[in-house]
Amino acid sequence: MSVFDGLKFRRASSPIHRLDPRAKFFYVIILFVIAVMFYQLLPLIILFLIQIPFVLLAGVQREWIRSMKGASFLATMIFVFNFGFNYLYTEYPRFPPSASLIEYSLAMTFRFIVLVESFSMFFLTTSPDLLGLALEQSHVPYEFCFAFTTAVRFVPVLAEEAQTIMDAQKSRGLELEKGNFLKRIRNYIPILIPLIVSAIRRSLELAEAMESRAWGASENRTNLYVLKLRKDDVALVAIAIGMLALAVYVWLYIKIPLLTTLIPR
Amino acid sequence: MALIEAKNLTYTYPGATKQSIQDVSITIEKGDFVILTGPSGCGKTTLCRCFNGLIPHFYSGKLEGNLNVANLKVADSKIHELAKHVGFVFQNPENQLFALSVEKDVAFGLENFGMPRDEMRKRVNWALQTADIENLRERAPHELSGGQQQRVAIASVLAMQPEVMVLDEPTSFLDPLGALKIFQVINELNKKLGITVVLVEHRLDLASKYANHVIVMDEGKIVLDGEPRSVFNSEEARLIGVGIPKATRLYQILKDDNGIRLSKAPVNSEEAAQLLREVLMRDRS
Amino acid sequence: MIEVKDMHFKYPSGVEALRGVTLTIPNGDFVAVMGQNGAGKTTLVKHFNGLLKPTKGDVLIDGVNTRDVSIAKLARNVGFVFQNPDHQLFCETVEEEVAFALRNFGFEKDIISKRVTWALNLLALTQYRQTSPFMLSGGERKRVALASVLAWDPKIVILDEPTIGQDHQQKEKLRQFIIQLREQKKTIVIVTHDVEFVAECNPRVVLMTEGKIVADGNADKILTDRDVVAKASIVPPQIAQIFMQLADLGLPTNVIDVYEARKILLDFMEAHNS
Repeated sequence: MSVFDGLKFRRASSPIHRLDPRAKFFYVIILFVIAVMFYQLLPLIILFLIQIPFVLLAGVQREWIRSMKGASFLATMIFVFNFGFNYLYTEYPRFPPSASLIEYSLAMTFRFIVLVESFSMFFLTTSPDLLGLALEQSHVPYEFCFAFTTAVRFVPVLAEEAQTIMDAQKSRGLELEKGNFLKRIRNYIPILIPLIVSAIRRSLELAEAMESRAWGASENRTNLYVLKLRKDDVALVAIAIGMLALAVYVWLYIKIPLLTTLIPR
Repeated sequence: MALIEAKNLTYTYPGATKQSIQDVSITIEKGDFVILTGPSGCGKTTLCRCFNGLIPHFYSGKLEGNLNVANLKVADSKIHELAKHVGFVFQNPENQLFALSVEKDVAFGLENFGMPRDEMRKRVNWALQTADIENLRERAPHELSGGQQQRVAIASVLAMQPEVMVLDEPTSFLDPLGALKIFQVINELNKKLGITVVLVEHRLDLASKYANHVIVMDEGKIVLDGEPRSVFNSEEARLIGVGIPKATRLYQILKDDNGIRLSKAPVNSEEAAQLLREVLMRDRS
Repeated sequence: MIEVKDMHFKYPSGVEALRGVTLTIPNGDFVAVMGQNGAGKTTLVKHFNGLLKPTKGDVLIDGVNTRDVSIAKLARNVGFVFQNPDHQLFCETVEEEVAFALRNFGFEKDIISKRVTWALNLLALTQYRQTSPFMLSGGERKRVALASVLAWDPKIVILDEPTIGQDHQQKEKLRQFIIQLREQKKTIVIVTHDVEFVAECNPRVVLMTEGKIVADGNADKILTDRDVVAKASIVPPQIAQIFMQLADLGLPTNVIDVYEARKILLDFMEAHNS
């Protein structure tokens, strides 16, 4: 699933990778807020373009493009529904639809794209263990942080196990590609049940191992690693706040033209 | 001073009709390298779970009899208290590693104890070196081979500096070379660091040369308890169906019908070769 | 008959697991594919029922190229018992579990019933017919998995690491069972790194290392050859180790069986006493 590729962490050593996840998350949230503030196309396109240098700096272009491709289907749907309903509701039966309506639907689509873009960047450049650490230092209860990192750690293991189970059942004559829609769903039962049973057994074994390594021994759990905000992180936070300030100013005082009015006739 | 002392230990899992261990009484001294073996279902794993308190605290059910480990009464001590003294390495390498890097996994127990960061760093470095996995420090557990994963598990337990290490069939999923490497690491821990080892194993051919104490269980009861040589050579071991080392088996069948009699029952191939050499050379000259 | 012709296999991730394997297993043979973990043993046998298809070269089962046929069709003649039975078990009763493959292959209802009874009987599981497979012990679950594969009576049976986690008696039962299957003229392929078990069965051994076959011959020849053993990083059986250390006395070195060892030693003593 190509859209998920855009969310998988890619190990590398760019300046973006080294940023504190908390600073990066703050930046992403600010982007989200700004994106929601505007319904005009022009600022949203600017927001989209601002991110591209970050993508290049992090060296994650290939995966990022994949996530954009994955999002394109949903983006098209958003445009179609947005445009469709608004047209039917406001302008129908007048034809052709007004340029401002098209521009508005495009803007909504771009808002979605900006969000996918920024979250994708976040996950591509933040390793899950740093993410878990950031959660811990943000005072999220340790049980949740642990559940998060352990889940991520076991994703490749479960994926491999699912493949093995499929192989085992195919070896018994199970044909996953055949049959009508209902039959195909039923064919996945011999895959799901062993997977679920195995997951339950695995959790039991994990719990045993956790207890044996003194889980819950101390109220004040320490950590081998520690996240410290550095200059780059402070710079990113400052940039984010600057962007927000600028956005608020524009939103309050400046009338944003429709793109269509800017195009010379 | 006995490090582990069990008296009349009896336990039934909740909902089970049969007792998993019955009237078990054993003594394990400090520095022992114990091999615990027996047919599947004999109660070895159940007994091991008692040593670190998983039974009765994690598994509930009723534990009768008395068990003291490192001067702590198991029934009255919490699992995390016992974890300071008893380390447990499980059979499946994958399901006892939680973190996304080897280093973090080794530190897990220490983090739970609330140890200060600098001290943790030192312990982690020491454990990685002792288990010979320094070069794997930053790797993710899923990228490692089974043998490497087990060494990480051993290092994680070692970091907590327990007096006893219990290993439940740690080499099941490993090939013979991987298994040998694990036994060598465990042996070093036992001989150089004085850690008492309780190893549950079926592959006696590979493990027997390191042990000084063998306990055989069958149907929940202790059937044999003593020196490797006498246990492997005993009639009961054969009757129960324990897979004794081939070297010992050779000794037994050579004796039959006034065949060749070696001066003692060997437990590994080097001993067997040496004893055979003595007999064969003696008769030559 | 299984024919592997200069086969190469590369995983989608780019790892080259098999690098030019050529092998023929005639009908009725008993072969142990051995080698370190990662040598390519399981990857090789997964080609025999079509789970994997070669990236170069060919695999033919009874003259049929595995690329031309579906896995389900190949499975009809090639039964694959996976290492972990829990990767298969999903039914409410042992009976249904054993009948699963038979249903997939389109057997008639009454034949399915007969075959299930036969398979359960063969593996001493009759009393568990209506039991849930999840309630059984580890060893019993392994037998259910085996029964579910034997039920459709495949000509070729592949066992992937059948001795892992098994105690001595269970391995002995397995060994006897393989002998039974051989009497039924089945071709048996086991993937294993358990040298002692192989020493007791004494089959043909195909030794692999790093995706290539480095030796192919009888167990007593392969497992006692010092160079081969070192190349494949395996540990020779204990009896072989003993005789290797006594080679300078003029004793033969290709001994892997305890009883044969006894005979050789006694003959040696007699020869040197008189």
